[in-house]
Order: sequence, then C-alpha cells, then structure tokens
Amino acid sequence: MSGAEAKTPLIRFENVSYSYGDGPDAAPALDGVNLEIHAGEFIAVLGHNGCGKSTLAKLCNAVLTPSQGTVTVGGLSTADENSLLEIRRTVGMVFQNPDNQIVAAVVEEDVAFALENLGVKPEEIRERVDRALEAVNMSEYKLHAPHRLSGGQKQRISIAGILAMRPACIVLDEPTAMLDPRGRREVMETVHALNRETGMTVILITHHMNEAQAADRVLVMNRGKILLDDTPRRVFAEYDLLEKHALSVPQTVQLTHYAGLAPALDVRECAQTLYKWLMGEQPC
Amino acid sequence: MLKDITLGQFFPGNSPLHRMDPRFKIVLVMVYIVVLFVAKGIYAYALIAAFNALAMALSRIRVRLLLRGLRPMLFIVLFTAILNMIYVSGEHVLVSFWVITITWEGVYAAAYMVARIVLLISATLLLTYTTSPIMLTDAIERLLGPLKKIRVPVHEFAMMMTIALRFIPTLIEETDKIMSAQKARGADFESGNIFRRAKALVPLLIPLFVSAFRRADELALAMECRCYHGGEGRTRMRVLHAARIDFLALAVCAVWFGGVITLGILL
Amino acid sequence: MLKAEHLTYIYGAGTPFERRALDDISFSVQAGEIAGLIGHTGSGKSTLAQHLNALLKPLSGRVLLDGTDIWDKKDARNARFQVGLVFQYPEYQLFEETVYKDIAFGVKNKGVDEADGKRRQPTESELDISVYSAMDFVHLPRELADKSPFELSGGQKRRAAIAGVIAMMPKVLILDEPTAGLDPQGRREILGHIKAYRDATGASVVLISHSMDEVARLADSITVLSEGKTAMSGTPRAVFGRADELEALHLSVPAFTKVFRLLREMGVDIDDGCYTAEAAEAELLRVKSAVSRGAGEETC
Repeated sequence: MSGAEAKTPLIRFENVSYSYGDGPDAAPALDGVNLEIHAGEFIAVLGHNGCGKSTLAKLCNAVLTPSQGTVTVGGLSTADENSLLEIRRTVGMVFQNPDNQIVAAVVEEDVAFALENLGVKPEEIRERVDRALEAVNMSEYKLHAPHRLSGGQKQRISIAGILAMRPACIVLDEPTAMLDPRGRREVMETVHALNRETGMTVILITHHMNEAQAADRVLVMNRGKILLDDTPRRVFAEYDLLEKHALSVPQTVQLTHYAGLAPALDVRECAQTLYKWLMGEQPC
Repeated sequence: MLKDITLGQFFPGNSPLHRMDPRFKIVLVMVYIVVLFVAKGIYAYALIAAFNALAMALSRIRVRLLLRGLRPMLFIVLFTAILNMIYVSGEHVLVSFWVITITWEGVYAAAYMVARIVLLISATLLLTYTTSPIMLTDAIERLLGPLKKIRVPVHEFAMMMTIALRFIPTLIEETDKIMSAQKARGADFESGNIFRRAKALVPLLIPLFVSAFRRADELALAMECRCYHGGEGRTRMRVLHAARIDFLALAVCAVWFGGVITLGILL
Repeated sequence: MLKAEHLTYIYGAGTPFERRALDDISFSVQAGEIAGLIGHTGSGKSTLAQHLNALLKPLSGRVLLDGTDIWDKKDARNARFQVGLVFQYPEYQLFEETVYKDIAFGVKNKGVDEADGKRRQPTESELDISVYSAMDFVHLPRELADKSPFELSGGQKRRAAIAGVIAMMPKVLILDEPTAGLDPQGRREILGHIKAYRDATGASVVLISHSMDEVARLADSITVLSEGKTAMSGTPRAVFGRADELEALHLSVPAFTKVFRLLREMGVDIDDGCYTAEAAEAELLRVKSAVSRGAGEETC
C-alpha cells in the first residue's frame, strides 16, 4: 500500500480510557488504549470477561464515548453528536444474544430496520435487503418469523441487518457464545466470506481461541490494556504469557508447544509440522 | 404447554380479501360498524348479512373457523338476548308468568341485538383472519399518520406494537422454561387454593420481569446501533399501494351501505 | 441408579408443528458416574433431561430411579428432589430477595423425611447446613448469602443457581449446558465444582453439552443423541474414535484427535484416541522418543 490515503486508519483510538460509574476510584474498564484499525483487516479480540473487550467494541461505534482520549471513525470523533448516525452506519455492531437484537416479527422487515431508520427509499431498501439476505445465505427465510429460527440463523439475520447499511466495518461482540457448534460454524463462515469477498473490516470479540486462529491480527486484552497485538502466529508464540493470564491457547498450538515448535494455526499445518519433527533427522 | 398457543388469529392465504390493502379493510370495517348501528328494519339487516356472506366467501375462510371465533362470545350474546326479552316492554304479550312478561317487541329487540352482535363480530373476525398483525399495525400507523401533526405519538405506538408482536412468542417460551426450572426445584404451580397458587407465581413472575427488562435494555442498544432515532425521517420498505381493486371494493361497499341506510329510512 | 428405558416423546402432537423429540431412547447412569450427553440443538438432549426428573411424562417407556418407576408413586414431584436438574442459563431463574433464600427454595420444598414417613419443614440449622455447604461446593463466598442475587456478577449468579439445586443434595445431578456463555476460566471452574460435588457425595452426574472437549475431560461415559435417537454411546475413547461420524452430526471433535488422526494417515504409529491435553502431550512425547530410538538404532 502506498499514499497517505491508504494509511489513514478506519478507526483510531488515541489514549482512550473509559470508566463505568463516576467515582474517582472506579476502576477503568479501558485504560490508555492506543489502536489503529485499517480497512479490510480481520481482527480478533481475546481476553477474560471484564478485561475491557466489550467496552472496546462499544467505543468503536459511539455506543460509549471515551472518558479520556478520542476515538475517531473515518476521521469523525465519536464524541461529536452530529456525526452519530454517520458513525453507526460506518461501524455496525452484532451482539451476543440472538434473541435480543431482532426487532421485527418477520425476517425481511428486521433486515430493513436500519435502512428505514436512515430514510432510504423503499425500492432501494427492497434491493439492499435482498442482497444482504443473499450474503448471509438466508434468502429462503425472508418471510419467516425469527423466533422459529435456530440460533445460528438468527445471528445471520442480525448480520444481514447490519450488512444492509453497507458499513465499512462490522463489530461482533461474542456472536457465537450462545450457539452450538453448527451455529458457530455458520456464523464464522459468513463473517470470513464477508471479509474475503467484500473486504469488510471485521472486529471479532471472542472467547473461542480457534476463532482467532484465522484472523489477520489478534488483540489480547487484560485489565483494560492491550497485552498483545500481533499476527495470530506471533501472539500464540507467547505461550507462557498467555498461560500466565490463564488464557487457553488453541489445541494445535498446544501440540506444537509440547514439541517445542513454533505455533501451528490449523490442523493440517499442525500435523505436518509435527510429522517433520517426529521424523526429522536426529543427531546421534 | 404454553408453547402450543398460537398467537393472533391470522390465517395466511391469498384470497382477494387477503390481498386487499389493509387500510381499506380497516376503514371499511369501521364504516360497516357504523352502518350496522344506524340500520333499521329487517331488509336492511338482510342486506348487511348478504354483504357479510359475500365477504366471507371472498375470504375463502371456512365457516367453521368463523363459528369457532364466535364461540367465546356466545355467553354475551345469550345474556343480552335474555335481558332484551325481559326488559323490553310492549303491548303484544307473548308469555307472562310470575313477574316476568315477555312481549313480541322484546323478542324482536332480542333478535335484532343478536343479529347485530353476530354481524359485528364476524366482520371484525374476518379482518383479523385475513390481515397479519404486522399489516394491521402498519395500516393503523398510516391511517393515524395525520395525528402526528397534533403530537400524538403514532409512530411510537406502532413501534411498540411491532416489538410486542416480535417478543410475545419469545416471552411465552421463556415463561415455559422458568416454570419448568422452578418445578425442578419443587415449586408447585398446580395445587392449593387460589391464594397459594397466586403466591406460587412469584418465583415465575420475578425472573420473567427481570429478563424482560434485560431484553428491553439489549434491544434498545441494538436498535440504537442500527441508527434508530425515532420516527423522524423514517421510511418504510413495504409501501401500501391501493390498487384498482381496492377502490372498486370501496365503491361496491359505498353503494351497498348506501342501500342499507336508504332501506332503513324508506321502510 | 437412574435408568431410562425406551422413551418416546412427541411435542405438539396433532398440530402442524408436531415433532418427535425422543424416539425409543434408553439411557442410564451408574452411582458415582459422570455421564456425558451430547448432541446439537434439537437433538432431544434437553427433552431427555426433563424426562429424567419427571418434568415430562413419557408417551411410552419408563424412567427408573433405584429400580422403581418414578411415575409409579403418587408423588412424581419427589423424583425431582432426588434427580436435580440445572437448566440452561439457570441464572435467569433467580427470584428471591437474598442469595440464601434462593438457594434454600428447593430445600424447603423438599422438606425433611421423618422416621414415620411424614415430611416436615427443615429447621433453621438444617437449612443453614444445606445452603452453606452448597455455597461452598460452588465456591460462592458465604458473605454473599445476604446479598440480592441480582447484585452478583454473571458467573456468581450462575454458581448461585447451581447451588440452589445442589442444596437439595440430589442423588443424580443433571446439568444442561452448565458452562454456556462463560469464558474459558469460568468454564473450568464450574466443571471443577461439579466434579467436587460428585467426589464428595458419590452422586451421579449427567452433563449435557454440545462441546465435546468439555465433556471429554470429565465424563466416564458418553451418549451422543441425534434427531431424538441414540447415535453412539460408550467410553469417551470409543466415541472419539468415531470422529468422522461425530463431524457428520455437526459436533466438534477436539483438535488433538484431528491432528493425531492425520498423523496416523501419514504413517505415524500414534494413538488417535487422545482427547485431553495431558494425554496428548504424553502420547506425543512417547511417539517422539520411540521414533528417535528407532532412528538412533538405524543410523548409529
């Protein structure tokens, strides 16, 4: 990438702190975070409950505004009331509980919700809703009642509701925490396809280490600070540091660690590295 | 099981009545009710009944379903009928015993009353049977639209209806779940007198309310994230188009209702 | 201990939404055993759980507790105290003013059996013992007893709700997705508490989950359900040995198993029945030393 434009981050955190509650001794949920997120990145955010990762997510689209420091989205400060709608249509957000973010009693009406709020013309809403449902592979359910769908399907509807706004970035706050393995896979495949095919920036907050393996970049958070910020390979190479904070690592990484090797990110790679290691030439 | 309750009385279909613009349907039902109350005389009622039958035929809803919908009202119908028979006085005594006198006038009045109630209910049933709750909400919002000018919160009301329709099944499911969970800890919802049973509902209602508030909180956040900022500048995906058939229906009804009223005046 | 024979159950019989939730399922758990019950959403595992503690009455088949049919006696409700069931997301069922009262709810309903066969309310000191020991099992600090359950953190609420069932001292403890929505640390803790309860009381535990990794670590036996039928059952080793079938049922197989399986395909003599970290590490190092010993003999 070259030129100044390519380097302008989509989202920028400058020395951002955030505390819930007012008292001077309220522990900050986020503590002096600096962060740049660029268009097209797939970022996974890991950490324990209460490490500040949800707060980080909510600061990205002005659901929360920083107690200190500034967050800018496409150059607009989230503290500026006037850019609120612009910021929220740029950075969409999907939450954990699939039941509590679907507004309408018919799938397609729900997907249209954001566009109706933005005052888009009816014909265009129709077209964008259909596209969004296609993108999450849920077109055949467009006239269904949401409460009859599975958890994974509901989450995909929620994603479609955000996609319809055509945002530059989608933030997912533990979208798979309440799903079974099938639902989890459906949602993850959808999110990866979006990132790959449309270049959508993805910020995925998760507990599942294996969901972080396929990201471009992994942020590990601890007590409101960013502990690690690097490629998954390098983050998982910090085995001892992760262990110290009681963060589990993917099982493939565990295996390569037992062998004293660099982390492997998927099953096939892991098997191959281990094979070489097992069969490797041994000094006498 | 609570889960088995079906909500609303909408029967999906593709009849002319189903396809009719819901705004027209609502307006027509309202005019129909007014007409029903100003109508006089047996011919006027016959005409209304004929209209009702035609609408029913157009809806392709089985008569059995309509009768089933009428059943809960049976008591009220009988009650008013009996009251009318007893209290309407007249000259032509039919039977008289003890302090009760039933006159022909009373019987007429009772018959009119019954006809009126049955015709009223069947028409409103037809409206809800052929119009989905969402369409109804939509139509009501649009019909009441002009009231926004005098600061009636029409949009907010419609939004509340929409969310209620969405969450009622979810909350019913949840009630079911909490009930089972409390039963697993030995809660007894089935035995004891009324007072004990009411008390047994506490373990059910408190978690239900707590959960409803939590859901409301999360939903509000999700709505905000999808740029919800009230009804101002809002558009809708589904535009209600009044088609030629709707106006045709309106015209037919106008003539018909006109006929009913004229009959009432002439005869 | 607890045994289900040929259970069949249909939801919404006669309506358009009719669904056969259980189809001739048999299941049993021995005293002191931890049995895993696995299946994806809609496989019938939650319905089975509700049969095991008499919340649902089977259309056919029967549930035996210590050899007697739980529906035989007049009081099926009694079975619910013997077979404690912790529902999914149990923290949403808390309702009392204090944590203590909430945990005591089940104990009070259960009552105490007297020698003459009558049942009476537990005394205050009996309640104290039940409630506090339940709190200890789930590592809920006793000073929280007088707090409102709604003031607790998410993880604490979950533990308080589990304590509410443990306090009844059930002979069989069934937990439906006890770790759903928790972070890895919270998951480990809850599973530890459950194991501690089994170890201390000798109760049987039925652990319902869709996470294979989790069940694998604890369970002595595993039953896999699919579409209301038993798809597999046996020891964890035997079940994980059929990884392909598990994947076909949309269940996740531990990455350890997958990697070792690939290694086997490559010709490495490695045991692909490993499903816990410890076993996998030991097996890997065993194979390594075996291979290098073999290689050493050849080249030197």
